[in-house]
Amino acid sequence: MKHESIETNAALLIILTLVAISIGGLVEIVPLHYIEGTVEQVKNEKGHDAVRPYTPLEQLGRDIYTREGCYNCHSQMIRPFRDEAIRYGHYSLAAESQYDHPFQWGSKRTGPDLARVGGKYASSWHVKHLIKPISVMKGSIMPNYPWLAEDKLDISDVQAKMETLKQVGVPYSLSKEEFAKNEKQFGPDVAKLLDINRAETNLHAQAKSGNFDGDPSILSEMDALVAYLQILGTMVDFKKHDEADFIEFR
Amino acid sequence: MTHSTGSKAEQYNYDIVKKFAIMALFWGLAGMTAGTYIASELAWPFLNFDIAQITFGRLRPLHTSGVIFGFGGNALFATSFYIVQRTCHVRLWGGKLLPELTFWGWNIAIALGGIGYVMGITQAREYAEPEWYVDILITLVWVIYFLIYTMTLVKRKVQHIYVANWFFMSFILATALLHIFNNLAVPVSFTGTKSYSLFAGAQDAMTQWWYGHNAVGFFLTAAFLGMMYYFVPKQAGRPVYSYRLSIVHFWALSFMYMWVGTHHLHWTAIPDWTSSLAAAFSILLLMPSWGGMINGIMTLSGAWDKLRSDPIMMFLITSLSFYGMSTFEGPMMALKSVNALSHYTDWTVGHVHSGALGWVAMVSFGSFYHMIPKVWNTTLYSVTLVYVHFFLATIGILLYITALWVSGIGQGLMLRAFDEYGNLKYTFIDTVLFMHGPLVARAIAGMFFVTGLLVMIYNITKTISQANKPVKSNATAQA
Repeated sequence: MKHESIETNAALLIILTLVAISIGGLVEIVPLHYIEGTVEQVKNEKGHDAVRPYTPLEQLGRDIYTREGCYNCHSQMIRPFRDEAIRYGHYSLAAESQYDHPFQWGSKRTGPDLARVGGKYASSWHVKHLIKPISVMKGSIMPNYPWLAEDKLDISDVQAKMETLKQVGVPYSLSKEEFAKNEKQFGPDVAKLLDINRAETNLHAQAKSGNFDGDPSILSEMDALVAYLQILGTMVDFKKHDEADFIEFR
Repeated sequence: MTHSTGSKAEQYNYDIVKKFAIMALFWGLAGMTAGTYIASELAWPFLNFDIAQITFGRLRPLHTSGVIFGFGGNALFATSFYIVQRTCHVRLWGGKLLPELTFWGWNIAIALGGIGYVMGITQAREYAEPEWYVDILITLVWVIYFLIYTMTLVKRKVQHIYVANWFFMSFILATALLHIFNNLAVPVSFTGTKSYSLFAGAQDAMTQWWYGHNAVGFFLTAAFLGMMYYFVPKQAGRPVYSYRLSIVHFWALSFMYMWVGTHHLHWTAIPDWTSSLAAAFSILLLMPSWGGMINGIMTLSGAWDKLRSDPIMMFLITSLSFYGMSTFEGPMMALKSVNALSHYTDWTVGHVHSGALGWVAMVSFGSFYHMIPKVWNTTLYSVTLVYVHFFLATIGILLYITALWVSGIGQGLMLRAFDEYGNLKYTFIDTVLFMHGPLVARAIAGMFFVTGLLVMIYNITKTISQANKPVKSNATAQA
């Protein structure tokens, strides 16, 4: 076939171009949804899934994280290098972001990686840092976020949000059967946290017991955001695993 | 519209070209000013002013969308509608209404998206930040764009479809594919703005960077190559250097680009085979990329003197040089070992800008200086100001990428440095302090570039107003 026949036929040009541009995506994307092991199965000592979906409070915190565009300066993806291991911790597993809609691996570290920031600092440090970063980190170029501590957390649509996440595949439960399934997969305590019917109760309880913003009188956006930051990278206990458990997936 | 007895202005729909061209300059100024502002925020953080709406995290998408989709998108609509008519010898299909719909739809979408970002409404996906309702609008606009383009090709009065149109068609198809699949999401409520992406984690990352890199590959490369394939030969007054090369490089580029997105995910939790494939294709991609560059630059052979005498040609050839430079740098950065250093640093940002400023913006400026006098049926107000613009822009770009090489490679080296006891030599904040100098230089570089654009806008405004003056009384008072 001469190339001339393509140049003189718009339909042929369109069809062949479509073929040319479709192959790469098909080969690289589609298998990731089918190949087992793309996302590792990580179990804790009780045999339950180590990585669980976010609690209502954490998820609302995550929504604030995306709203403020934190991903523009912070990654959540530790690479398997010596310096990153020392600075941030164990390299990230695919399993750890399996419930992240959308993923927040990021592409730029104007600030440090946050994949394992959970538990690294006290919540009170995060509060100070978010209100005025240079108060705890001299030389920081991060903006101040004072309104987070003042603005009340909007919890009106928390159930709707969880139901939407359920639609895209996050195992929150609505029915009894779903709850029972979660008890098996995550254990009874975690299953309760994932129950959409108890979302508001759970949310208030976690905010109260965590007291993330240091001010019990108000359920602030700060409460949610810090709750989210404090869970990041803490679900898998790497002390209980052998490196060989994960290396095959890399 | 009666038969071809009319003037060129009636034969072709230039009205739509004019509108898109003006909006391209408008968004260019808005987007690049926003870029310079956020660059300044990194150098002088007090500029965040504790105002949520203008913090770096919310403004950066405004900058990226403003320049990619506002400036780049409008420039592509303008030039593609101009080129498809001129090379098919036929008026744009779709009457007055359909092109008009693409104009309003596209610009309203950008404005809606931008308003959303500062209010914190975002999908938090790089270069695909607009929420679901804007995405739907964009999809509708794109379907109409595809129809207009295809039907104009079908109705053409010349036998062959000119090479520029292949690239524009490839861009239209690929953008549709990427936009739809990367924006699959479920809204929380149809009366609200928030949505959650259909995919999560690794699969979501894969889809996003398949999109993200091909926004570069097709939106910012293939389409602008279409622009290049028309305006470089036109301005040079010579035919395209090699017909055969244009065929090979078109198909190779269209096929290979779609494979390389995963090089944004080297060393992450994505399966290794995808990132290795992407690295391999990234290296291969050097060949069609340079094929395009050579084809463009060599078109000037026999007319090299124009590089001295014609500032528009200087824009076009410089843009091709930056295209060659960044399509060499890109594959190099796609090597896993180089990427280990460059990823997450300003080196990537500098690389993007050598493409976006050096290639995309420069080729658009050159094309506009050629096209705008043509569609307004006049001559440029000042050729001297084109020189001024050229040097301001070039100095700006060179300073920009040099500053970010220093900042990016410097930070990358510092972060992996160990002292004699095997401890990390620098804390993260040490690298932030180190980057202050280069980041100041980068902000100044942005100011150079924006100043150049202001000179252009002044020149174009004067050009248009002098074009409108003598015919004010006539029927050219078209909307």
